[in-house]
Order: sequence, then structure tokens, then C-alpha cells
Amino acid sequence: MRGMQKLRIAAFSTAVITFAAMSSSALAQKKYDTGATDTEIKIGNTMPYSGPASAYGIIGKTEAAYFKMINDQGGINGRKINFMTYDDAYSPPKAVEQVRKLVESDEVLIVFNPLGTPSNTAIQKYLNAKKIPQLFVATGATKWNDPKHFPWTMGWQPSYQSEARIYAKYLLKEKPNAKIAILYQNDDFGKDYLKGTMDGLGDKAKTMVIAQESYEVSEPTIDSHIVKLKATGADVLMIYATPKFGAQTVKKTAEIEWKPLQIMTNVSASVGGVMKPAGFDNAQGVLSAAYAKDGADPQWDNDPGMKKWVAFLDKYMPGANKTDGSIVYGYGAAQTLVKVLQMCGDNLTRANVMKQAASLKDFETDTLLPGVKINTSATDFAPIAQLQMMRFKGEKWDLFGDIISGDVTN
Amino acid sequence: MSAIQETVTDAPAIDAVPKRAMTLGAGTSAVVLLLLLVMPLFVKNFVIFQLTTVLIYGLAVLALNILTGGSGQFSLGQSAFYALGAYISAVLMEHAGMNYALTLPISGIICFAFGFLFGLPALRLSGIYLALATFALAVAMPQFLKLGALEEWTGGVQGLVVTKPDAPFGLPLSQDTWLYYFTLAIAIAIYIASINLLRSRSGRAMMAIRDNEIAASAMGINVALYKTLAFGVSAGITGVAGGLGAIVVQFVAPDSYTIQLAIALFLGMVVGGVGWLPGSIVGAAFIVFVPNIAESISKGLSGAVFGVLLFVVIFLVPHGARQVALVCQHWIGKLKRS
Repeated sequence: MRGMQKLRIAAFSTAVITFAAMSSSALAQKKYDTGATDTEIKIGNTMPYSGPASAYGIIGKTEAAYFKMINDQGGINGRKINFMTYDDAYSPPKAVEQVRKLVESDEVLIVFNPLGTPSNTAIQKYLNAKKIPQLFVATGATKWNDPKHFPWTMGWQPSYQSEARIYAKYLLKEKPNAKIAILYQNDDFGKDYLKGTMDGLGDKAKTMVIAQESYEVSEPTIDSHIVKLKATGADVLMIYATPKFGAQTVKKTAEIEWKPLQIMTNVSASVGGVMKPAGFDNAQGVLSAAYAKDGADPQWDNDPGMKKWVAFLDKYMPGANKTDGSIVYGYGAAQTLVKVLQMCGDNLTRANVMKQAASLKDFETDTLLPGVKINTSATDFAPIAQLQMMRFKGEKWDLFGDIISGDVTN
Repeated sequence: MSAIQETVTDAPAIDAVPKRAMTLGAGTSAVVLLLLLVMPLFVKNFVIFQLTTVLIYGLAVLALNILTGGSGQFSLGQSAFYALGAYISAVLMEHAGMNYALTLPISGIICFAFGFLFGLPALRLSGIYLALATFALAVAMPQFLKLGALEEWTGGVQGLVVTKPDAPFGLPLSQDTWLYYFTLAIAIAIYIASINLLRSRSGRAMMAIRDNEIAASAMGINVALYKTLAFGVSAGITGVAGGLGAIVVQFVAPDSYTIQLAIALFLGMVVGGVGWLPGSIVGAAFIVFVPNIAESISKGLSGAVFGVLLFVVIFLVPHGARQVALVCQHWIGKLKRS
């Protein structure tokens, strides 16, 4: 009898110990920082919903809709995403205020895809000091790929400089004796492109680039600049301009019967927003580069990725304008974040989010061009660094050549 | 004078504010001061940061109030002086390694000089024409800051990141709390100095010009001098506010100081009550907090909601916070008597 009792106690205590050991190991697997729990992950974001750059606000709306879709599908490892997005009106002081609100009052796990170079510069030091991920910032400046000094900040899209280097590579190969004229917007965007082109051409920049002309965003028209550039006798024209000026340039060169090889920045490659107003006849043969699919391009109608994108739009953003590149952008960025959070598993600490974000290997979103892959490492914080050249033909862009990498190392 | 000219030059119909009505009573001032002193003890760091922002905008609105409420001149160009002050402080701190507190008087003095000089040509303009001239200044400023020649100092379009100062003497305060009290001390000093200025001989001269320029000059007031002086003082205070703003936000960039800022400051002045100095802080609170409230009501229509709220304020209390304060005073007086 006694022996029986002893045995029972022993069995019971073994069970208790085993149970305790199991539960403690289960607890050890789940790790959280502020902003993550068993049921929820809080993600913060700022966007210019008002002010001069409010056209980009659609990116935030797309991301909110994408996370809603993920939540409807059961969330990420059972956790729902709570996406908090505030208006910064494209003003850096307001961005600081809103990001501090997200961090200190709403207590988010990470700040994801805040938009604008000035706004991101304003919050970068604060977030890095607090060790909060500033993940996949929505700007093309090159400085976000700096893991040594800012280990909590990571970009997403190809930087303007990488894109410009790709054009330089193309010219060195295809037109080594080109006489290049560069038209650029006099701000961070235009100057980044200028620097990328010069760096990409290297020693040959001095002989190949025969004219550099800048314009101010406030100018009503840039016709006089085009006339001036024509007079230099250049046979290649690089157009580093925002959509309105991009369209003007293509139109004006045709009007004054100047026929250089034109290379247009990806920012102004929109068919509906630039090529159509410039006139399809005038735009034939213009070159550009892309990393994402164009929502309005019929060649992707049967693409499985874009089919998903269209299905998402129909259900979660009915009535959205499919030619708006910002929707493709927001979808791709949100999908990348979801991938990173899935990779984090039950270890939702800020350090692990950064670690996983820096371990993306050949990840493809539904919206990236076939062959363009997202790769990051502890020393490479530039997720997308590949583009493909394309030529305007008929009423759409024809992709050609290989996927080219324009990695810029700091 | 033709009828058209008359309506145009008479456009700044600012009610003459008697100088006693420009301030708060001693009791009310003490209560407000006490509130401002203890508030940071009970709130989160980010709210302290917001309160600091309110104080800084309050200073800038106060500066505009001296110009418009005191001397009757309009300005939509305050953002330019604010930007100048911010950049001077930021450049001195980051490139010359100067202590942040020492940069503020320098910002103030340079902005004073700049404002005084701008006041000279502005003398020929009045009313809406002056508003337009200052508007041009505000529009031009961000472009100047981007100039290639200055890029080495200003950082061009990329702006300049500023190091945030710690509390001195090993005080056990967070950076935000310290900056709040630092800003509060400067704001109180400038507030008292401004009230004394408006009560002084110079202040009376400014108000005489505001009420009737011709009569003022007939009484022997040097109209040109006092008008430019008002511009200089206003610009100087705005410059100090800009410098503080740069230190607190830790960043200056051309995009921070667009015409939007000038309009926000103007709005703050109207909401606070033109010519009523204590209203400046109410106006500042309005421009900091109300956009956030509007956003929480509707994200897509935040601008429209803000517009409606502003309309309600202007419609119900056209004289801003001053009117509310007067009504309260009236009721308190009634209660006391009964």
C-alpha cells in the first residue's frame, strides 16, 4: 500500500516537473517587446495625408487595407496587426511629434514605412537612440543603407543613386561615345540622381557629360532649359524630373525636333501620368528602368501576383485607381513587412524584427518584376537594389535586357 | 483719398485694445504659471514635448501679436524669421560647437537686425500690401535655405540634425523635462519684457500709430522708427522661438519652414485674440492640438474637420480667447457681487 502511494507521488511529481519544464520552455520561446502580445502587433506609421505631398497618402491607405486583409485571414501567427497611421503633413516637426506619440503613447513595436526624406531624417536619431526599428522607409535617398551608424533604420525601394548607376552602366556599354546632357530637379531627389550618374560613369563622366541643367519645382515650364540643352549638341538626354516636368520635356524635345536618346527616371515612368500627356508619338524609344509591375499594363493581366493584387483591390479598396503606382508600392512594402513578421515567429522583440528584416533571402512580392528579389544582410540594408531597363513602344513599356543590380555601398 | 483707397488702407480693423486689457490679473497669472510649472510632473515625455512645442509656438505668436496687435502691421512672413533663427542656432551648435543656450541670443539679435532692415522698405506698404510683401518673404525663405552656396552650412535640402542637450549640473531631469523648463523660463522672461515694452513710452507710441497713424505723427511720434522697431522686436522674438524649435525638434530642414507655418502662426494669433498677449499660448495650443483632434475624428477629411472647427471658433468667438476670458471675468465678477 505504502509502496503504491510512493509510486503515485513519484508519478505525480514527475508529471508536474515535466509539465513545468514544458511550460517554461514554451514561455522561453515567446518573447515580446512593448507593442507585441499574444493577440496583437502594434505597427506605427506617418504619412502626408494633408499638405503638399498628400498624393502619397494613398500608400498609407493601401497598407492599412493590406493589413486588414491579413487580419481577416487570421493575422500573423495568430496575432492581429494594429496599424496606426498619422498625418505629418510632410512637415518634419510634425513627423517628430507624431512618431513620439506612436512610440511613447501608443507604444508601437516598430515604425514602418514613414514617408519623405526630410521627415525620416528628423526621426532617425530619435528612433535609433530608443532602439526602435524604423523599417522600410518610403524614400529613395541613399543614406538609409547605413547599418553601421543607424542599425535601426532600413530602406526598401531602390535608391535614386542605384537607379542612376544602372543608366550609367547601360550608357557605358551601349553608347560609350555618348555626349550626355543631364536635366535635374534642384532638390535632394534630382541631386541624388546626378551623383549616381556621375559616380556610375566614373572617370569617363568628365568627357561624356557635356551639360548639366537644373530647374526649380516652382518654374511653370522648363522649355527654355530644353532649348538650351539642344544647343549643346548632346545626343543623350537624362531626365531626372518629377512627372509634370518629365511630360513637358518629352513633348518639348519633339516640338523642337531634337532627337536625343532620352532616359527618364522611374519616378516619372507612369504611362497614364507622363507618357500619355507627352504624346505617345513623342515618347517612342524613351528609356527607363523599373522594379515593380505597372498596374495598368495589360502584359500582367495573367500574372498570378498581379491577379492577387487586383483581387485585393476589388475587395479592400473598391474604386481605387489602378494606374496609381503608389498602390503597387504600398502593397509591396506591406507584404514585405508581413513576411518579416512571419519570420519572427514568437520572438517579437525589436532586435529580432531588425535581425529578420536583415535576413531576407530572395524574397519576391506579388508586385515586383520577375527576377527582382529582395535581399538583405547585416551589412546590406538596401532591400531592393535591382531594376530592369525598359523602352517605350506603342502605348506601353517593353522590358529588355537582364535584371541589373545597382548596389551602392557607403 | 478715394473711397477704394480708404477701404484698403483701413482694412486692418483691429480693435483698439486698452493696455490694461493686454495682460492677465496677478491672481490668474499665478494660477497659470503654477499649472505650467507642475504639468510636466504628471504626463508622459511625449506630452511634455508637445507642451514645449506649444510654448515655442506661443512665443512666435506673441511676437506676431506685438507686431499686429501692438503696432497694427500685418505679417505673413513670420516663418522666414523663425527659419532664420532655427538655422542660426543649428549651424552654431553643429558647426561651431557652441552651447545651445548661447546660440539663442545670437539668433535673436541677427533676426532683430534682419527684421529691422526688412521693416524699412515695408514702411511704404500698409495693410494687405504689407501682408503680401511679407508673404513673399515666407515663400522665398525655403528656397534660400536650399542655395548651393550655403549648402556647406545648411546641409541644403537634407537639413541639419541637431544634438539634443542634457539637463545641466547633473539635474535628475529627462531631456524633455529639462527643455520644457528651459523654454518656459525663456518664454516667461520674454512675456514679461513684452508687456513692459507695450506699457512703456515706445509701446504707447506703437499703439498710437496702430490707432491712427496721422494723429500719431502729428503728436510728434517718429512713425518710421517705431514701425521698423516693432518689426525688429517681432522678428527677434520669432528668431529665439525658431532657435528653441530647432533644439527641441533636433532637426532643421527647408520643408519645416514653409508658408504653412506662417499661416499657422497667423491663425494662432487670431484664435488667441489679436493684441491680447496671454492669448498667444491659447492660440499656440490650438495650432498644435486641434489638427490632431481633427485627424482623430476623420483621417480622410482632417483638413475639412479642422476648417469646420476653425470656422466655429471664429463664428462664436470672433475675438478669440480674449473674448472667452472677458466673459469668464464678467461671470466671476457677478458671482462675487451676489
